[in-house]
Amino acid sequence: MLEESERAIFEVPIGPQHPALKEPILLLFKIEGDTIVDVMARPAYTHRGVEKATEARNYIQNIYLCERVCGICSCIHTLVYTQGVEKLADVEPPPRAKYIRVIMSELERIHSHTLWLGVAAHELGFDTLFYYVWRDRELVMDLLELISGNRVNYAMSTVGGVRRDISDAVAHQIKKGMEILRKRLDVYTEVVEKEPTLRKRVIDVGKLSPHDAVALCAVGPTLRMTGVKRDVRADDPYQAYDEIPFNVATYDTGDVLAQIIVRVVETYEAANIIDYAIDHMPSGPIKVKVPWNIAPNEIITRGEAPRGELFYYFKSNGTEKPERVKIRTPTLGNIPAVCEMLKGYHIAEIPIVFAGIDPCLSCTARFAFIDERKGKSWVWSGDQLRTYRRKYYKRYGR
Amino acid sequence: MAMESELAGAAVRKPVTLKYPFERRDVPPRFRGRLAWDAEKCVGCGMCVQVCPAFALEMVGKGPMAELRYYLNRCVFCSQCVESCPRDALSMTEEYELADYKHKVYEFKRG
Ligand code: SF4
Ligand code: SF4
Repeated sequence: MLEESERAIFEVPIGPQHPALKEPILLLFKIEGDTIVDVMARPAYTHRGVEKATEARNYIQNIYLCERVCGICSCIHTLVYTQGVEKLADVEPPPRAKYIRVIMSELERIHSHTLWLGVAAHELGFDTLFYYVWRDRELVMDLLELISGNRVNYAMSTVGGVRRDISDAVAHQIKKGMEILRKRLDVYTEVVEKEPTLRKRVIDVGKLSPHDAVALCAVGPTLRMTGVKRDVRADDPYQAYDEIPFNVATYDTGDVLAQIIVRVVETYEAANIIDYAIDHMPSGPIKVKVPWNIAPNEIITRGEAPRGELFYYFKSNGTEKPERVKIRTPTLGNIPAVCEMLKGYHIAEIPIVFAGIDPCLSCTARFAFIDERKGKSWVWSGDQLRTYRRKYYKRYGR
Repeated sequence: MAMESELAGAAVRKPVTLKYPFERRDVPPRFRGRLAWDAEKCVGCGMCVQVCPAFALEMVGKGPMAELRYYLNRCVFCSQCVESCPRDALSMTEEYELADYKHKVYEFKRG
């Protein structure tokens, strides 16, 4: 044993460009031997100015801008955006549109969770499972393509309803697809329950306690895997979720295995929700007219994205363009939690623990500084901002 | 010990990957490809230009005889212009192999 003073703590930066990461983030680890003692995360490398750009476009154009905040959550972003604009203008979408939105966002949840399962298997070095899961994910991608005409950006929700109807023939195909999906999920559940190579890598890895999860504002499956039953769909129902019965999936071990199980159970639930929604879909119009200019108003709205709570803030000013749109994406809420989850584990476990929260970093950078006169733009970390504040107040006083 | 039957099944299955460009899938019925314009129907109202999120459409001239300029490289294939057109003058084709080194600009002309 080394004495306290002789123990060396190394700083190991991972990212922003690193083979183990798919997206740019800086994770600065303090490492003792092979054990992680502390983590600092800096996600702001991909500021795209989406919020500012919304102020220069009208409410219709912004649907397609917000759709592109994230390539995987493209349906839930348009859903929450249009839901917010409807609230702003005080119009109610027709019931059939609400059901179609639910079906689309649940199909998206299936595609996102199966995508994550594949990525998690890949991070564990279990590439066979990765390929099989992604092969079966094509089933949902084909259904989404059949309904909307596109695999990624569905362009389904619009302000006042949805743009395309689901015909009986398509509804029948979706139900058939869900049957096949359930059979495939049974296989993967068995793999997760029985495959020792997988279980050894995920049990008791990346643990998070329910207390920490709540204190660090974790959202979505990252919160539910600790046993906390919180889901926007159940707690603050939007669209048709108050009419559809479903269970909120939770698990209590709070490790990576719990992340996998919560997501697999949620995928089953999503298939059940889709079946129920198709059976109980009301007939009628799918769209109502919404005024082009929206009176001054201010609202917040949210929805449950595959990764957790997605939050939008809107302010309108009586014109056809919003005055301010603020977007808070779920990954931003999960970054403090993942830093806590990494502590005490080994370097080899970084990829799977970090991938466990299903990070989508392109939507975490939320502000940048722009100097119009000098034509410069830059990003500051919290520390840099504090230093600037100290200097500013020293010079100009309070 | 749960992958054996899966692996055995996959060994005799045909690969799922298509050998593009030699094999192609059919496009789905609601596919959104390159934009097409019908000069006969267009009344030059400019609605399509107002709603386009990518600023991919531009009016050339004014009034009922106005023509359209379509910047293909900007278009995000949302088909909002098609939906907003009061005269159904716009439609989306099934053409999807549109990658190019040049910025393609289509001048939609009358006659
Ligand atoms: S499809 Fe969308 S992006 Fe393309 S021209 Fe029409 S409105 Fe613009
Ligand atoms: S909206 Fe239709 S009618 Fe109006 S200018 Fe565009 S293409 Fe022509």
